[in-house]
Amino acid sequence: MSELEILIIMCILSNKDNKNKSFKTLTVDALNDNLTAVINFIDSFLEESCCPMKTQMQIDLSVEEIFVNIANYAYGDSVGKAEISIGNNHGEITVVLRDSGMPYNPLEKEDPDITLSAEERQIGGLGVFLTKRNMDSVSYSYENGQNILTMKKTL
Amino acid sequence: MQIQKKTDGAKLTLEISGRVDTTTAPELDKCITENAPGVSELVLDLKDMSYTSSAGLRVILKAQKMMNKQGKMIITNVQNDVMEIFEMTGFSDILTIE
Repeated sequence: MSELEILIIMCILSNKDNKNKSFKTLTVDALNDNLTAVINFIDSFLEESCCPMKTQMQIDLSVEEIFVNIANYAYGDSVGKAEISIGNNHGEITVVLRDSGMPYNPLEKEDPDITLSAEERQIGGLGVFLTKRNMDSVSYSYENGQNILTMKKTL
Repeated sequence: MQIQKKTDGAKLTLEISGRVDTTTAPELDKCITENAPGVSELVLDLKDMSYTSSAGLRVILKAQKMMNKQGKMIITNVQNDVMEIFEMTGFSDILTIE
């Protein structure tokens, strides 16, 4: 193989990672105490992306809801890791939350009935609902032993 | 998050500022629970509350249920973005917002 052929192959291989180059990732223990660090990580990235305040709030809210669910439920009584990645592709923000806890698709849960009175309303169930309403798209997959929750919002 | 308390007879006003999220909502919950006995009118002034997640909504709903039994609760000065959250979740229908 010539040197030129080797260079071309290396260029093609490195370009495969291009779509992930702009992603930043934070890995933390999935504990509520780490929520502030997670939100600070998200906010730093969004500020660099010149994200409007309202959109930042909506993304913060969605990340909080999913992260807290991982912290509270994914690992039972043990402590596991949560991986939070964020990227900006031409003004479309993508946030991916991964955990290796028990398989669970939060999107399968029914939305709460928001027409009920105060007395009838359940205390919980709003987190995923708010995420779905605030992000442009939310999707779930389970791969290689990981729950993967992907959310997107255009700035 | 900071909470400023103002008492006027059986009326208690809590001025909540900053972010009410999973880490700060328990403090708000505790403040309401500890100060509610004997209160017939609870006012939550949200002029400086910039953010709430479902954790904050849970505390507000719990307070509303409690005050339904002993008097009333009023929410005032809601910021636009927070108002959107209230509307999205139907809270604007179950809370008294002025």
